[in-house]
Amino acid sequence: MLTVENTVAWIDQFADQIEAKQSYLSELDTPIGDADHGGNMVRGLVAVKAALNPAPADLTKVFQATAMALISKVGGASGPLYGTAFLEMAKQSKTDTDLETLLAAALAGIEKRGGATTGDKTLIDVWAPVVSAVQAGKLTQAVVDDAVASTEPMVAKKGRASYLGERSVGHLDPGAVSSGYLFTALLATEGIL
Amino acid sequence: MKKIINDPKNVVSEMVDGLVRAYPQYLTQLPDTEAMVRSDQESMRGKVGIVSGGGSGHEPAHAGFVGQGMLSAAVAGQVFTSPTPDQIYAAIKAVDQGRGVFLVIKNYSGDVMNFDMAKDMAELDDIQVKSIVVDDDIAVKDSLYTQGRRGVAGTVFMHKVLGAAADQGASLDELEQLAQQVLPQIKTIAVALSAATVPEVGKPGFELKDDEIEFGVGIHSEPGYRREAVKPSKALVQELVGKLDEEIHLDATHQYAVMVNGMGATPLMEQYVFCHDLLDELATKKIEPAMMKVGNYMTSIDMAGLH
Repeated sequence: MLTVENTVAWIDQFADQIEAKQSYLSELDTPIGDADHGGNMVRGLVAVKAALNPAPADLTKVFQATAMALISKVGGASGPLYGTAFLEMAKQSKTDTDLETLLAAALAGIEKRGGATTGDKTLIDVWAPVVSAVQAGKLTQAVVDDAVASTEPMVAKKGRASYLGERSVGHLDPGAVSSGYLFTALLATEGIL
Repeated sequence: MKKIINDPKNVVSEMVDGLVRAYPQYLTQLPDTEAMVRSDQESMRGKVGIVSGGGSGHEPAHAGFVGQGMLSAAVAGQVFTSPTPDQIYAAIKAVDQGRGVFLVIKNYSGDVMNFDMAKDMAELDDIQVKSIVVDDDIAVKDSLYTQGRRGVAGTVFMHKVLGAAADQGASLDELEQLAQQVLPQIKTIAVALSAATVPEVGKPGFELKDDEIEFGVGIHSEPGYRREAVKPSKALVQELVGKLDEEIHLDATHQYAVMVNGMGATPLMEQYVFCHDLLDELATKKIEPAMMKVGNYMTSIDMAGLH
């Protein structure tokens, strides 16, 4: 079950991972994007950490503050996609504190916002298997790592990488990698799963 | 990298500040944003607002087109990065006169999503918003499996047509119909001689040899369709007009507005040389443009080339 305390701890861990991996994320974004994923995500998550300290009063406000900080600071495609995910979790958390329901709402929001689907070499290729695994009660680090790795041989069909067509093969999708950090942080946070 | 800047992180905020202070009679910056609205409030009274914007690095787009008969407001994002929804929303709110606001968006996944979110935010406030996504770059093969064609220099014609119609009192629905009519008629193709350098990256987006050019490059250094040795202007015209002809079937019974758009580092001298060859080439097809525009309208920082 999600509480204010463990959710803030989860998002803080995610922020720390993104900060630690900033240059790696931008490097991944160089051959198939525009080399700004690390910088954009760090700018957003620095704002998220500030918005969550002190911790908001309830779970909905935690997700809402996170969403608004990401939407207003990240820009590009990642800002609306991550922002929408947290906004959908905020809406759902008004009636539910169950992780699998919230994550399913977030995934549906990402799919609607970006119009992408599984196999398009986007963050959905990490979110979709992770949400299924959470629903089955079987999320492990291996599920997350395999999902991230699965984007490497894919041909990009959405976003800036799609202009490269076949030339996008052989590169990890940067958004999939940053989403991998979100779920690695989830696994590492005590008391959620 | 050699540029007249301070900290690369502050390029956009310093540019916007310089722009609005240089032209206070035209542009007013909304507080805590990089959104700029028309200073002449009276000219917007009772009209549908037209808002555009996108990443920075394309100057004079988009703020340079804010004024009576064109845009009501423009929102500047980071270099080559879409502006965020809160800023777009601030611009929508600032120009709404109760008749709604029309958004002109270029077809990039980030722009489309951020403008869509701003639209959702405005609709929660009961502001009616409609939009058009411009995708004029014929270098990209249109396909169900990609983002589709990019929005490039032809977007300026969309700004002009919609801005003029809004100024004459067109409703939001009429503007939407007009935009959909105009959209399939705008086609653009590029040639690049050298790539753009994003200040925060510090090196060119791609490498071209001294004697090499690339056809079909996008305004953020997206890859084009062919590289070859540099050619005389006449041959460039033949390649680019040939591509356009394949797409729209140039026809002397139609009227055309023609734009030669410099990408940032191409001198006007070269643009006029190209224009000379272009008009000769069109004349062989018995086409005399009804309107000509030559200059830098939608640039790509310091890229050399034409769109």
